[in-house]
Amino acid sequence: AAMELPPSHYPATRAAALAAAFVCYRRGSPGRGLALRAVRRAVRQGIDGVGTKYHLELVLEDILDKDRTVNCTAEVLYHLSKTTAPDVQFTIEGELKNADEADDIFYNRIKSLEKELVAENIPDSHGNVSPEMEPIRLLACAASGYVIWQNSTENTKFQLAQIKHVKQVKRSDEYLEFDYTILLHEMVSQEIIPWQMTVLWHPRHSVQVTQDSQQPKHISE
Amino acid sequence: YDSMKQIADWTADIAAQNPDLVSRSVIGETYEGRPMYLLKLGKSGSNKKAIFMDCGFHAREWISPAFCQWFVKEAVETYGKDTAMTTLLNSLDFYVLPVLNIDGYVYTWTSDRMWRKTRSKTSVSRCIGTDPNRNFNAGWCKIGASKSPCDSTYCGPAPESEKETKALADFIREHLSTIKAYLTIHSYSQLLLFPYSYTYQLPSNYEELNSIAHAASQKLSSLYNTKYTYGPGATTIYPAAGGSDDWAYDQGIKYSFTFELRDTGRYGFALPESQIQPTCEETLLAVKYIANYVLEHLY
Repeated sequence: AAMELPPSHYPATRAAALAAAFVCYRRGSPGRGLALRAVRRAVRQGIDGVGTKYHLELVLEDILDKDRTVNCTAEVLYHLSKTTAPDVQFTIEGELKNADEADDIFYNRIKSLEKELVAENIPDSHGNVSPEMEPIRLLACAASGYVIWQNSTENTKFQLAQIKHVKQVKRSDEYLEFDYTILLHEMVSQEIIPWQMTVLWHPRHSVQVTQDSQQPKHISE
Repeated sequence: YDSMKQIADWTADIAAQNPDLVSRSVIGETYEGRPMYLLKLGKSGSNKKAIFMDCGFHAREWISPAFCQWFVKEAVETYGKDTAMTTLLNSLDFYVLPVLNIDGYVYTWTSDRMWRKTRSKTSVSRCIGTDPNRNFNAGWCKIGASKSPCDSTYCGPAPESEKETKALADFIREHLSTIKAYLTIHSYSQLLLFPYSYTYQLPSNYEELNSIAHAASQKLSSLYNTKYTYGPGATTIYPAAGGSDDWAYDQGIKYSFTFELRDTGRYGFALPESQIQPTCEETLLAVKYIANYVLEHLY
Protein backbone atom coordinates (compact mmCIF):
# COMPACT_ATOMS: atom_id res chain seq x y z
CA ALA A 1 0.00 0.00 0.00
CA ALA A 2 1.31 3.43 -0.94
CA MET A 3 1.25 6.18 1.66
CA GLU A 4 1.53 9.90 1.10
CA LEU A 5 4.14 11.38 3.48
CA PRO A 6 4.51 14.91 4.87
CA PRO A 7 7.24 16.12 2.51
CA SER A 8 9.27 18.20 4.94
CA HIS A 9 9.30 15.70 7.80
CA TYR A 10 11.29 12.55 8.15
CA PRO A 11 11.32 9.90 6.64
CA ALA A 12 10.69 11.81 3.41
CA THR A 13 13.62 14.13 4.11
CA ARG A 14 16.02 11.23 4.58
CA ALA A 15 15.12 9.66 1.25
CA ALA A 16 15.29 13.11 -0.37
CA ALA A 17 18.77 13.75 1.02
CA LEU A 18 19.92 10.44 -0.41
CA ALA A 19 18.37 11.19 -3.81
CA ALA A 20 19.97 14.64 -3.88
CA ALA A 21 23.37 13.18 -2.99
CA PHE A 22 23.02 10.65 -5.81
CA VAL A 23 22.08 13.38 -8.30
CA CYS A 24 25.11 15.37 -7.19
CA TYR A 25 27.27 12.32 -7.76
CA ARG A 26 25.92 11.77 -11.26
CA ARG A 27 25.65 15.38 -12.39
CA GLY A 28 28.12 17.23 -10.22
CA SER A 29 31.58 18.42 -11.23
CA PRO A 30 34.11 21.03 -10.11
CA GLY A 31 32.04 23.56 -12.05
CA ARG A 32 28.63 22.45 -10.86
CA GLY A 33 27.03 21.56 -7.56
CA LEU A 34 23.42 20.67 -6.88
CA ALA A 35 21.65 20.88 -3.56
CA LEU A 36 18.20 19.98 -2.33
CA ARG A 37 15.98 23.07 -2.16
CA ALA A 38 12.66 21.48 -1.26
CA VAL A 39 10.63 18.30 -1.25
CA ARG A 40 7.33 18.80 -3.03
CA ARG A 41 5.86 15.37 -2.61
CA ALA A 42 6.80 12.02 -1.11
CA VAL A 43 5.06 8.65 -1.36
CA ARG A 44 6.24 5.55 0.44
CA GLN A 45 5.43 2.01 -0.50
CA GLY A 46 6.46 -1.23 1.14
CA ILE A 47 7.26 -4.02 -1.29
CA ASP A 48 7.00 -7.46 0.24
CA GLY A 49 10.23 -9.37 0.19
CA VAL A 50 12.10 -6.50 -1.45
CA GLY A 51 12.18 -3.37 0.67
CA THR A 52 10.69 0.12 0.85
CA LYS A 53 10.32 2.41 -2.12
CA TYR A 54 10.01 6.20 -2.01
CA HIS A 55 8.67 8.24 -4.87
CA LEU A 56 9.90 11.81 -4.55
CA GLU A 57 9.26 15.10 -6.25
CA LEU A 58 12.14 17.42 -5.49
CA VAL A 59 13.34 20.90 -6.26
CA LEU A 60 17.10 21.16 -6.71
CA GLU A 61 19.14 24.32 -6.80
CA ASP A 62 22.40 25.15 -8.48
CA ILE A 63 24.91 25.86 -5.69
CA LEU A 64 26.68 28.48 -7.80
CA ASP A 65 23.48 30.21 -8.89
CA LYS A 66 20.91 30.03 -6.11
CA ASP A 67 18.08 31.43 -8.18
CA ARG A 68 18.42 28.63 -10.65
CA THR A 69 16.30 25.61 -9.74
CA VAL A 70 15.14 22.47 -11.51
CA ASN A 71 12.44 19.95 -10.72
CA CYS A 72 13.52 16.38 -10.21
CA THR A 73 11.57 13.19 -9.73
CA ALA A 74 13.36 10.35 -8.01
CA GLU A 75 12.68 6.79 -6.94
CA VAL A 76 14.61 5.45 -3.99
CA LEU A 77 14.43 1.76 -3.11
CA TYR A 78 15.89 0.74 0.24
CA HIS A 79 16.53 -3.01 0.17
CA LEU A 80 15.65 -5.31 3.03
CA SER A 81 19.29 -6.24 3.30
CA LYS A 82 21.07 -3.31 4.88
CA THR A 83 24.33 -4.30 3.23
CA THR A 84 22.96 -3.64 -0.23
CA ALA A 85 23.12 -0.01 -1.33
CA PRO A 86 19.75 1.57 -2.16
CA ASP A 87 18.65 1.82 -5.79
CA VAL A 88 18.20 5.39 -6.94
CA GLN A 89 16.80 6.61 -10.23
CA PHE A 90 16.05 10.18 -11.18
CA THR A 91 14.85 12.43 -13.96
CA ILE A 92 15.62 16.12 -14.14
CA GLU A 93 13.11 18.39 -15.81
CA GLY A 94 14.64 21.23 -17.70
CA GLU A 95 18.25 22.12 -18.10
CA LEU A 96 21.06 22.47 -15.70
CA LYS A 97 23.44 25.33 -16.19
CA ASN A 98 26.24 24.42 -18.54
CA ALA A 99 29.38 23.78 -16.52
CA ASP A 100 31.81 23.15 -19.38
CA GLU A 101 33.58 26.46 -19.13
CA ALA A 102 33.97 26.32 -15.36
CA ASP A 103 35.14 22.71 -15.60
CA ASP A 104 37.72 23.56 -18.25
CA ILE A 105 39.07 26.52 -16.30
CA PHE A 106 39.54 24.33 -13.24
CA TYR A 107 41.07 21.51 -15.26
CA ASN A 108 43.61 23.75 -16.95
CA ARG A 109 44.46 25.48 -13.71
CA ILE A 110 45.27 22.21 -11.96
CA LYS A 111 47.14 20.83 -14.95
CA SER A 112 49.37 23.87 -14.99
CA LEU A 113 50.27 23.72 -11.30
CA GLU A 114 53.95 23.15 -10.68
CA LYS A 115 53.39 21.29 -7.44
CA GLU A 116 50.50 18.99 -6.66
CA LEU A 117 47.60 20.73 -4.92
CA VAL A 118 47.31 20.21 -1.18
CA ALA A 119 44.72 21.82 1.06
CA GLU A 120 42.86 21.29 4.31
CA ASN A 121 39.80 22.36 6.25
CA ILE A 122 37.37 23.34 3.53
CA PRO A 123 35.33 25.16 4.71
CA ASP A 124 37.42 26.43 7.60
CA SER A 125 36.05 26.74 11.13
CA HIS A 126 34.37 30.01 10.30
CA GLY A 127 32.69 28.71 7.15
CA ASN A 128 35.09 30.31 4.69
CA VAL A 129 35.86 28.72 1.34
CA SER A 130 38.34 30.59 -0.84
CA PRO A 131 37.33 31.01 -4.50
CA GLU A 132 40.20 28.76 -5.60
CA MET A 133 38.94 25.99 -3.37
CA GLU A 134 35.30 26.18 -4.40
CA PRO A 135 35.74 23.72 -7.32
CA ILE A 136 37.63 21.36 -5.03
CA ARG A 137 34.66 21.48 -2.68
CA LEU A 138 32.13 20.92 -5.46
CA LEU A 139 34.14 17.94 -6.66
CA ALA A 140 34.05 16.58 -3.10
CA CYS A 141 30.29 17.13 -2.97
CA ALA A 142 29.89 15.04 -6.11
CA ALA A 143 32.25 12.30 -4.94
CA SER A 144 30.77 12.20 -1.44
CA GLY A 145 27.42 11.63 -3.14
CA TYR A 146 28.74 8.23 -4.12
CA VAL A 147 29.85 7.40 -0.58
CA ILE A 148 26.56 8.63 0.84
CA TRP A 149 24.60 6.57 -1.67
CA GLN A 150 26.52 3.42 -0.90
CA ASN A 151 26.09 3.78 2.85
CA SER A 152 22.55 5.12 3.29
CA THR A 153 19.63 3.37 4.94
CA GLU A 154 16.20 4.56 6.01
CA ASN A 155 17.79 5.42 9.35
CA THR A 156 20.53 7.68 8.07
CA LYS A 157 20.77 11.20 6.69
CA PHE A 158 24.24 12.15 5.54
CA GLN A 159 25.69 15.54 4.67
CA LEU A 160 29.23 16.46 3.72
CA ALA A 161 30.44 18.46 6.73
CA GLN A 162 33.99 19.35 5.82
CA ILE A 163 37.00 18.39 3.73
CA LYS A 164 39.70 17.72 6.30
CA HIS A 165 42.42 17.17 3.78
CA VAL A 166 42.85 16.92 0.02
CA LYS A 167 45.93 16.00 -1.93
CA GLN A 168 46.35 15.82 -5.65
CA VAL A 169 47.94 12.64 -6.95
CA LYS A 170 50.05 13.03 -10.04
CA ARG A 171 48.99 10.96 -13.03
CA SER A 172 50.55 10.32 -16.40
CA ASP A 173 47.19 10.28 -18.24
CA GLU A 174 44.76 13.16 -18.73
CA TYR A 175 42.70 12.44 -15.61
CA LEU A 176 42.93 14.45 -12.42
CA GLU A 177 43.20 12.40 -9.25
CA PHE A 178 42.59 13.65 -5.73
CA ASP A 179 42.89 11.85 -2.43
CA TYR A 180 40.29 13.31 -0.04
CA THR A 181 39.69 12.82 3.64
CA ILE A 182 36.22 14.15 4.32
CA LEU A 183 33.98 14.37 7.36
CA LEU A 184 30.44 13.16 6.88
CA HIS A 185 27.77 14.30 9.32
CA GLU A 186 25.16 11.63 9.99
CA MET A 187 22.09 13.46 11.31
CA VAL A 188 20.23 10.63 13.06
CA SER A 189 23.16 9.44 15.19
CA GLN A 190 24.76 12.90 15.13
CA GLU A 191 28.10 11.25 14.43
CA ILE A 192 30.90 12.79 12.42
CA ILE A 193 32.42 10.06 10.28
CA PRO A 194 35.82 10.50 8.63
CA TRP A 195 36.02 8.95 5.20
CA GLN A 196 38.81 8.60 2.71
CA MET A 197 38.04 8.65 -1.00
CA THR A 198 40.13 8.57 -4.17
CA VAL A 199 38.49 10.65 -6.86
CA LEU A 200 39.12 10.61 -10.60
CA TRP A 201 37.81 13.27 -12.97
CA HIS A 202 38.16 14.72 -16.41
CA PRO A 203 35.98 17.35 -18.10
CA ARG A 204 32.89 15.85 -19.78
CA HIS A 205 33.37 12.68 -17.75
CA SER A 206 31.44 11.65 -14.65
CA VAL A 207 33.15 11.85 -11.30
CA GLN A 208 34.53 8.48 -10.27
CA VAL A 209 35.32 7.26 -6.80
CA THR A 210 37.85 4.49 -7.37
CA GLN A 211 38.49 3.71 -3.76
CA ASP A 212 36.91 4.70 -0.47
CA SER A 213 37.09 3.62 3.15
CA GLN A 214 35.67 4.70 6.46
CA GLN A 215 38.36 6.02 8.78
CA PRO A 216 38.53 5.50 12.54
CA LYS A 217 37.11 8.24 14.73
CA HIS A 218 39.74 10.20 16.57
CA ILE A 219 39.82 8.14 19.75
CA SER A 220 41.55 10.71 21.89
CA GLU A 221 38.18 10.94 23.52
CA TYR B 1 32.09 34.23 15.63
CA ASP B 2 33.36 35.06 19.12
CA SER B 3 35.63 32.88 21.18
CA MET B 4 34.43 31.91 24.67
CA LYS B 5 36.67 34.52 26.22
CA GLN B 6 35.18 37.18 23.96
CA ILE B 7 31.67 36.05 24.86
CA ALA B 8 32.42 36.01 28.60
CA ASP B 9 33.99 39.47 28.46
CA TRP B 10 31.06 40.70 26.44
CA THR B 11 28.56 39.54 29.09
CA ALA B 12 30.38 41.70 31.64
CA ASP B 13 30.57 44.68 29.29
CA ILE B 14 26.97 44.61 28.13
CA ALA B 15 25.71 44.45 31.72
CA ALA B 16 28.01 47.26 32.84
CA GLN B 17 26.98 49.48 29.93
CA ASN B 18 23.25 48.92 30.38
CA PRO B 19 22.65 48.64 34.14
CA ASP B 20 18.98 49.57 33.84
CA LEU B 21 18.29 46.77 31.43
CA VAL B 22 20.87 44.01 31.90
CA SER B 23 22.31 42.21 34.88
CA ARG B 24 24.65 39.26 34.93
CA SER B 25 24.74 36.35 37.32
CA VAL B 26 26.41 32.95 37.55
CA ILE B 27 24.16 29.91 37.69
CA GLY B 28 26.82 27.27 38.14
CA GLU B 29 30.15 25.90 37.01
CA THR B 30 31.03 23.68 34.11
CA TYR B 31 32.84 20.36 34.44
CA GLU B 32 36.15 22.10 33.76
CA GLY B 33 35.38 24.80 36.32
CA ARG B 34 34.24 27.67 34.11
CA PRO B 35 31.52 30.03 35.36
CA MET B 36 28.17 29.80 33.58
CA TYR B 37 26.98 33.35 32.97
CA LEU B 38 23.33 34.22 32.72
CA LEU B 39 22.03 37.59 31.56
CA LYS B 40 18.73 38.96 32.81
CA LEU B 41 17.14 41.51 30.47
CA GLY B 42 14.26 43.77 31.22
CA LYS B 43 13.24 47.01 32.83
CA SER B 44 12.99 46.30 36.54
CA GLY B 45 9.50 45.95 37.85
CA SER B 46 7.54 43.86 40.27
CA ASN B 47 5.77 40.60 39.59
CA LYS B 48 7.24 40.33 36.11
CA LYS B 49 6.95 37.06 34.25
CA ALA B 50 9.91 35.80 32.25
CA ILE B 51 11.03 33.97 29.16
CA PHE B 52 14.11 31.74 29.36
CA MET B 53 16.35 31.29 26.31
CA ASP B 54 19.57 29.33 26.06
CA CYS B 55 22.17 28.83 23.36
CA GLY B 56 25.25 26.70 22.91
CA PHE B 57 24.00 23.31 24.09
CA HIS B 58 25.96 21.59 21.35
CA ALA B 59 29.50 22.81 20.99
CA ARG B 60 29.80 22.81 17.19
CA GLU B 61 26.62 24.83 16.61
CA TRP B 62 28.42 28.17 16.57
CA ILE B 63 25.53 30.16 15.11
CA SER B 64 23.59 29.45 18.31
CA PRO B 65 25.63 31.50 20.84
CA ALA B 66 25.92 34.15 18.13
CA PHE B 67 22.14 34.45 18.15
CA CYS B 68 21.91 34.84 21.91
CA GLN B 69 24.47 37.62 21.70
CA TRP B 70 22.55 39.22 18.84
CA PHE B 71 19.29 39.10 20.78
CA VAL B 72 20.79 40.89 23.76
CA LYS B 73 22.47 43.44 21.52
CA GLU B 74 19.20 44.17 19.74
CA ALA B 75 17.36 44.44 23.04
CA VAL B 76 19.66 47.09 24.46
CA GLU B 77 20.06 48.96 21.18
CA THR B 78 16.39 49.18 20.27
CA TYR B 79 14.90 49.67 23.72
CA GLY B 80 13.14 53.00 23.65
CA LYS B 81 13.25 53.06 19.84
CA ASP B 82 11.36 49.97 18.74
CA THR B 83 7.85 49.82 20.20
CA ALA B 84 7.62 46.04 20.18
CA MET B 85 10.96 45.51 21.90
CA THR B 86 10.26 48.27 24.42
CA THR B 87 6.92 46.73 25.37
CA LEU B 88 8.50 43.30 25.70
CA LEU B 89 11.30 44.51 27.96
CA ASN B 90 8.95 46.61 30.06
CA SER B 91 6.44 43.82 30.53
CA LEU B 92 8.65 40.74 30.63
CA ASP B 93 12.07 39.66 31.75
CA PHE B 94 14.33 37.61 29.49
CA TYR B 95 16.83 35.20 30.91
CA VAL B 96 19.50 34.58 28.28
CA LEU B 97 22.16 31.92 28.74
CA PRO B 98 24.57 32.58 25.87
CA VAL B 99 26.51 29.31 26.14
CA LEU B 100 25.42 26.28 28.16
CA ASN B 101 28.16 23.89 27.06
CA ILE B 102 31.11 26.20 27.60
CA ASP B 103 33.74 23.45 27.86
CA GLY B 104 32.56 21.96 24.58
CA TYR B 105 32.52 25.32 22.84
CA VAL B 106 36.09 26.02 23.93
CA TYR B 107 37.08 22.56 22.65
CA THR B 108 35.70 23.35 19.20
CA TRP B 109 38.01 26.34 19.07
CA THR B 110 41.12 24.59 20.37
CA SER B 111 40.89 21.00 19.15
CA ASP B 112 37.91 19.63 17.26
CA ARG B 113 35.54 21.91 15.37
CA MET B 114 32.96 19.14 15.13
CA TRP B 115 32.68 18.26 18.84
CA ARG B 116 29.10 18.12 20.15
CA LYS B 117 28.94 16.92 23.74
CA THR B 118 30.19 18.15 27.10
CA ARG B 119 33.76 17.34 28.16
CA SER B 120 33.07 15.31 31.26
CA LYS B 121 35.09 12.16 31.96
CA THR B 122 33.67 8.96 33.33
CA SER B 123 35.40 6.23 35.26
CA VAL B 124 33.99 3.59 32.93
CA SER B 125 35.35 4.58 29.59
CA ARG B 126 38.13 6.44 27.84
CA CYS B 127 35.47 8.32 25.94
CA ILE B 128 34.52 11.81 26.99
CA GLY B 129 31.31 13.77 27.13
CA THR B 130 27.55 13.51 27.41
CA ASP B 131 24.99 14.93 24.99
CA PRO B 132 23.41 17.68 27.11
CA ASN B 133 20.20 17.49 25.11
CA ARG B 134 19.73 13.83 25.99
CA ASN B 135 20.57 14.40 29.65
CA PHE B 136 17.32 15.85 30.96
CA ASN B 137 14.74 13.92 32.92
CA ALA B 138 12.19 13.60 30.11
CA GLY B 139 11.73 9.99 29.08
CA TRP B 140 15.42 9.83 29.80
CA CYS B 141 17.38 7.52 27.47
CA LYS B 142 14.31 5.62 26.29
CA ILE B 143 14.63 6.44 22.61
CA GLY B 144 16.89 8.30 20.22
CA ALA B 145 19.77 8.38 22.69
CA SER B 146 22.71 6.12 23.32
CA LYS B 147 23.86 4.35 26.45
CA SER B 148 27.39 4.21 25.10
CA PRO B 149 29.78 6.91 26.41
CA CYS B 150 31.59 6.94 23.07
CA ASP B 151 28.52 7.94 21.07
CA SER B 152 27.51 11.47 20.16
CA THR B 153 24.03 11.10 21.65
CA TYR B 154 25.19 9.54 24.93
CA CYS B 155 22.51 10.29 27.51
CA GLY B 156 24.92 10.25 30.42
CA PRO B 157 25.08 7.92 33.43
CA ALA B 158 21.93 9.52 34.88
CA PRO B 159 19.56 12.44 34.23
CA GLU B 160 21.22 15.78 35.05
CA SER B 161 24.53 14.02 35.54
CA GLU B 162 26.22 16.97 33.86
CA LYS B 163 26.99 20.01 35.98
CA GLU B 164 25.82 22.22 33.15
CA THR B 165 22.41 20.61 32.72
CA LYS B 166 21.92 20.44 36.47
CA ALA B 167 22.67 24.15 36.79
CA LEU B 168 20.11 24.92 34.09
CA ALA B 169 17.47 22.66 35.58
CA ASP B 170 18.05 24.01 39.09
CA PHE B 171 17.65 27.57 37.90
CA ILE B 172 14.44 26.84 36.05
CA ARG B 173 13.02 24.90 38.99
CA GLU B 174 13.83 27.80 41.32
CA HIS B 175 12.11 30.30 39.04
CA LEU B 176 9.28 28.10 37.84
CA SER B 177 6.55 30.41 39.01
CA THR B 178 7.84 33.24 36.82
CA ILE B 179 9.15 31.45 33.71
CA LYS B 180 6.34 31.23 31.17
CA ALA B 181 8.23 30.19 28.04
CA TYR B 182 11.39 28.24 27.24
CA LEU B 183 13.42 28.62 24.04
CA THR B 184 16.52 26.63 23.20
CA ILE B 185 18.63 27.47 20.15
CA HIS B 186 20.45 24.87 18.05
CA SER B 187 21.63 24.30 14.48
CA TYR B 188 21.31 23.14 11.74
CA SER B 189 18.23 22.17 9.68
CA GLN B 190 15.90 25.20 9.73
CA LEU B 191 13.27 23.76 12.02
CA LEU B 192 11.00 25.11 14.74
CA LEU B 193 10.16 22.22 17.05
CA PHE B 194 7.97 21.80 20.08
CA PRO B 195 7.14 18.83 22.38
CA TYR B 196 7.28 16.00 22.36
CA SER B 197 10.46 14.36 21.17
CA TYR B 198 10.57 11.56 23.76
CA THR B 199 7.20 10.22 22.71
CA TYR B 200 4.91 10.36 19.69
CA GLN B 201 2.12 11.54 21.97
CA LEU B 202 1.06 15.11 21.34
CA PRO B 203 1.15 17.75 24.08
CA SER B 204 -2.18 18.92 25.49
CA ASN B 205 -1.92 22.33 23.81
CA TYR B 206 -0.71 20.90 20.50
CA GLU B 207 -3.02 23.02 18.34
CA GLU B 208 -1.85 26.19 20.05
CA LEU B 209 1.86 25.32 19.82
CA ASN B 210 1.43 24.33 16.19
CA SER B 211 -0.19 27.61 15.24
CA ILE B 212 2.41 29.63 17.15
CA ALA B 213 5.15 27.72 15.31
CA HIS B 214 3.40 28.26 12.01
CA ALA B 215 3.11 32.00 12.53
CA ALA B 216 6.64 32.34 13.90
CA SER B 217 8.04 30.46 10.89
CA GLN B 218 6.19 32.80 8.57
CA LYS B 219 7.59 35.83 10.37
CA LEU B 220 11.06 34.36 10.04
CA SER B 221 10.77 33.68 6.33
CA SER B 222 9.29 37.12 5.62
CA LEU B 223 12.76 38.64 5.76
CA TYR B 224 14.94 36.57 3.40
CA ASN B 225 12.56 33.81 2.31
CA THR B 226 14.33 31.25 4.51
CA LYS B 227 12.06 28.21 4.72
CA TYR B 228 11.49 26.58 8.09
CA THR B 229 9.63 23.36 8.84
CA TYR B 230 7.77 23.15 12.14
CA GLY B 231 6.14 20.47 14.22
CA PRO B 232 6.56 18.16 17.20
CA GLY B 233 10.12 16.91 17.53
CA ALA B 234 9.44 13.18 17.29
CA THR B 235 7.71 13.28 13.91
CA THR B 236 9.51 16.24 12.40
CA ILE B 237 13.18 15.48 12.95
CA TYR B 238 13.48 12.26 14.97
CA PRO B 239 12.35 10.79 18.29
CA ALA B 240 14.87 11.70 21.01
CA ALA B 241 14.49 11.47 24.76
CA GLY B 242 16.09 13.64 27.41
CA GLY B 243 15.63 16.99 25.69
CA SER B 244 15.47 20.22 27.66
CA ASP B 245 12.41 21.44 25.76
CA ASP B 246 10.36 18.39 26.74
CA TRP B 247 11.60 18.62 30.32
CA ALA B 248 10.70 22.31 30.60
CA TYR B 249 7.27 21.58 29.15
CA ASP B 250 6.60 18.78 31.62
CA GLN B 251 7.59 21.18 34.41
CA GLY B 252 4.60 23.27 33.42
CA ILE B 253 6.16 25.75 31.00
CA LYS B 254 3.54 25.40 28.29
CA TYR B 255 5.37 27.35 25.58
CA SER B 256 8.54 25.40 24.86
CA PHE B 257 10.37 25.57 21.55
CA THR B 258 13.59 24.33 19.97
CA PHE B 259 15.03 26.27 17.05
CA GLU B 260 17.35 24.60 14.57
CA LEU B 261 18.88 27.52 12.70
CA ARG B 262 20.52 27.76 9.24
CA ASP B 263 21.38 26.07 7.00
CA THR B 264 20.03 22.80 5.62
CA GLY B 265 23.38 21.11 5.09
CA ARG B 266 25.35 22.97 2.49
CA TYR B 267 27.66 24.39 5.17
CA GLY B 268 25.99 22.77 8.16
CA PHE B 269 27.80 23.56 11.38
CA ALA B 270 30.45 25.66 9.61
CA LEU B 271 28.00 28.36 8.61
CA PRO B 272 29.88 31.24 6.94
CA GLU B 273 30.20 34.38 9.03
CA SER B 274 28.53 36.34 6.25
CA GLN B 275 25.33 34.52 7.21
CA ILE B 276 25.45 35.37 10.91
CA GLN B 277 23.65 38.70 10.56
CA PRO B 278 20.84 37.56 8.25
CA THR B 279 20.30 34.41 10.29
CA CYS B 280 20.07 36.40 13.50
CA GLU B 281 17.82 39.07 12.00
CA GLU B 282 15.28 36.58 10.71
CA THR B 283 15.34 34.47 13.87
CA LEU B 284 14.79 37.58 15.98
CA LEU B 285 11.48 38.14 14.21
CA ALA B 286 10.33 34.67 15.19
CA VAL B 287 11.50 35.04 18.80
CA LYS B 288 9.80 38.42 19.15
CA TYR B 289 6.61 36.95 17.76
CA ILE B 290 6.67 34.12 20.29
CA ALA B 291 7.52 36.48 23.14
CA ASN B 292 4.67 38.75 22.20
CA TYR B 293 2.26 35.82 22.03
CA VAL B 294 3.35 34.69 25.48
CA LEU B 295 2.85 38.21 26.81
CA GLU B 296 -0.69 38.23 25.48
CA HIS B 297 -1.40 34.79 26.92
CA LEU B 298 0.15 34.90 30.37
CA TYR B 299 -0.85 32.21 32.78
